Amino acid sequence: MTTEPLLSVSELRVRFRIGGMMSALAGRRTEIEAVSGVGFTLERGQTLALVGESGSGKTTLARAVDGLQPAAGGSIRFEGRELRDLPKKDWKPLRRKMSMMFQDPVGSLSPRLSVRSLLAEPFAIHGLSGRSLEAEVERLLALVGLPRDFADRYPHQLSGGQARRVGVARAVALDPELIIADEPTAGLDVSIQGEVLNLLNDLRDRMGLSMLIITHNLHVVRQIADRMAVMYLGRFVEEGETEAIFRAPHHPYTAALLSANPEPDPDKVHNRIALSAEVPSLLDRPSGCEFHTRCPFAQAICRTQAPAPSAVGSSRLTCHFPLNGGPSAVEAIAAS
Amino acid sequence: MTVLDVKDLSVDFATEAGTLQALRKVSLEVPANRIVGIVGESGCGKSTLINAVLGLLADNGAVTAGQILFEGKSDLVHLDGNGMRALRGQKIATVFQDPMGALNPVLSVGKQMRDIQYRSGLSRKAKDALSVEMLRKVRIPDPERRLAQFPHEFSGGMKQRIAIAMALLMRPSLLIADEPTTALDATLEVAIIELLKELQKQIGCSVLFISHHLGVIAELCDEMIVMYAGEVVERGSTRDIFHNPRHPYTKKLLDCDPARLSRREPRLPTIPGTLPDLRNRPKGCVFQARCEFADDACSTMPPDRAVSASHVARCWHTDETAGAAA
Repeated sequence: MTTEPLLSVSELRVRFRIGGMMSALAGRRTEIEAVSGVGFTLERGQTLALVGESGSGKTTLARAVDGLQPAAGGSIRFEGRELRDLPKKDWKPLRRKMSMMFQDPVGSLSPRLSVRSLLAEPFAIHGLSGRSLEAEVERLLALVGLPRDFADRYPHQLSGGQARRVGVARAVALDPELIIADEPTAGLDVSIQGEVLNLLNDLRDRMGLSMLIITHNLHVVRQIADRMAVMYLGRFVEEGETEAIFRAPHHPYTAALLSANPEPDPDKVHNRIALSAEVPSLLDRPSGCEFHTRCPFAQAICRTQAPAPSAVGSSRLTCHFPLNGGPSAVEAIAAS
Repeated sequence: MTVLDVKDLSVDFATEAGTLQALRKVSLEVPANRIVGIVGESGCGKSTLINAVLGLLADNGAVTAGQILFEGKSDLVHLDGNGMRALRGQKIATVFQDPMGALNPVLSVGKQMRDIQYRSGLSRKAKDALSVEMLRKVRIPDPERRLAQFPHEFSGGMKQRIAIAMALLMRPSLLIADEPTTALDATLEVAIIELLKELQKQIGCSVLFISHHLGVIAELCDEMIVMYAGEVVERGSTRDIFHNPRHPYTKKLLDCDPARLSRREPRLPTIPGTLPDLRNRPKGCVFQARCEFADDACSTMPPDRAVSASHVARCWHTDETAGAAA
């Protein structure tokens, strides 16, 4: 064991080209920065959740870490090794240690392969066919709690929850160090969602996995992640220990997201922090603090000057006027 | 007055592997001026139910028993194509999960809103004025200019608000909303809920709101219906059901919602077991295989027991489930 974190990302930037030559000739911007200077570390055995609205850059960040999307700047270090600009051939052995689970549980399985072939595929790809594949398939099915005869089924014969279990089995097949899971429970019913989260928590404890989880469901975050990072327009606005953030969010955007969570209690009185306006376009980032166009607490300085990163408690955040105190303080401000 | 009154509705689908009993003796009422929620997991028959109401069942599906009374008179089960077309869009409107799929990508929003008013007999100018008024109600900024724009020029949340504006354009008496917030972010979701509440009051219609998100149902609906495997297992006021669930399935479903947990739990609650095969329904209670209260009585069909005047559960053991409320 080294003392170096499993994964450490700093100043990561991912850009996309948009528009064609016509836009370039017309002098319009032809690039957007979907991930804009993001940094974090992930210790062994830890789980970090990325949260934020659609288009905030969560998936792009995860794809960049997994090498599916080239980074335009910054660094990604995995087990002490720089991954940015790694030649393609070097990625293959790395993917044994770093596996990805994609969003759509059924859609991410090939419809033409049986569950047996799907589970044997990782071994074949990495030239491990020396092992007894049949035994491995059985081991994996048992690991994710599926009956043995499921090996002969095809993806269309699986329910969403079962397909997700097969996806988890594929991800852990080669005993990876890190799992990157993009919305692992989206589209699943609550009872099935609980099963999948229990399974992921179990496997993490048993296999010592680290996980990077992308989700927009904050209740999921609380049940699975040690740390969480809130993304807005491709940047982290707040990052810290999950429990601490749930107890006392410091960034107004985090507080707004937490307050926008409908709760299963008809008598609950909601003191919501209403976000005005739409999410700004990445083509036209607001000046100063980029959240000021929607922030209910914005002051003059927020419009002109970008806040420097600061530390409040165990959290890091970028805000001129961090909220202090627990959710009650937030509600008091929201109500006034 | 009751806007929609479904009585003992059963729907079967003919499949290669035999008859699939999708709905069994489903009864529900949507009173005037109320928002009624339907909650249940995948495969519980929510979509089949609304398709039956809208007369849009697939060709291999058929209503085998029961009635669907709309505004107390027309039985939608026996209404012909013309009669149904006169109701859909005019008296019964729908909003679906995917706003992009609901809007035609090659027609401007204004043109689509005009088409909806086809039967109104108004002039083009008057139709556009109504469209603008409706868009303003759903808080689309600068609606006059935006009428000429196409769906791809709007954000996801705006598209869903336009779909709602279109549904309410003809001032229907019943709005059926099928998971309208599922594809949206939480911040947009709460905005749509607020909007629906407000518009429902303004227009004075009833809403049948389908969702699997318990928090949304709790916040929006006056009354709710819990479905499991094609049956309504419990119905009552939202407050009754959230505070005093009496069907064992409802209890388990509520317990599963991680939103109820205020801290990290080592193990999240789940519902052990799987849905029964609807081609081969169990005799008696449909939930017995997964139920801790199941006994010999459950092998005969349980009655719809009235727990209180407004609260009904289809279970033999409603007395035993009373104390154990969460």
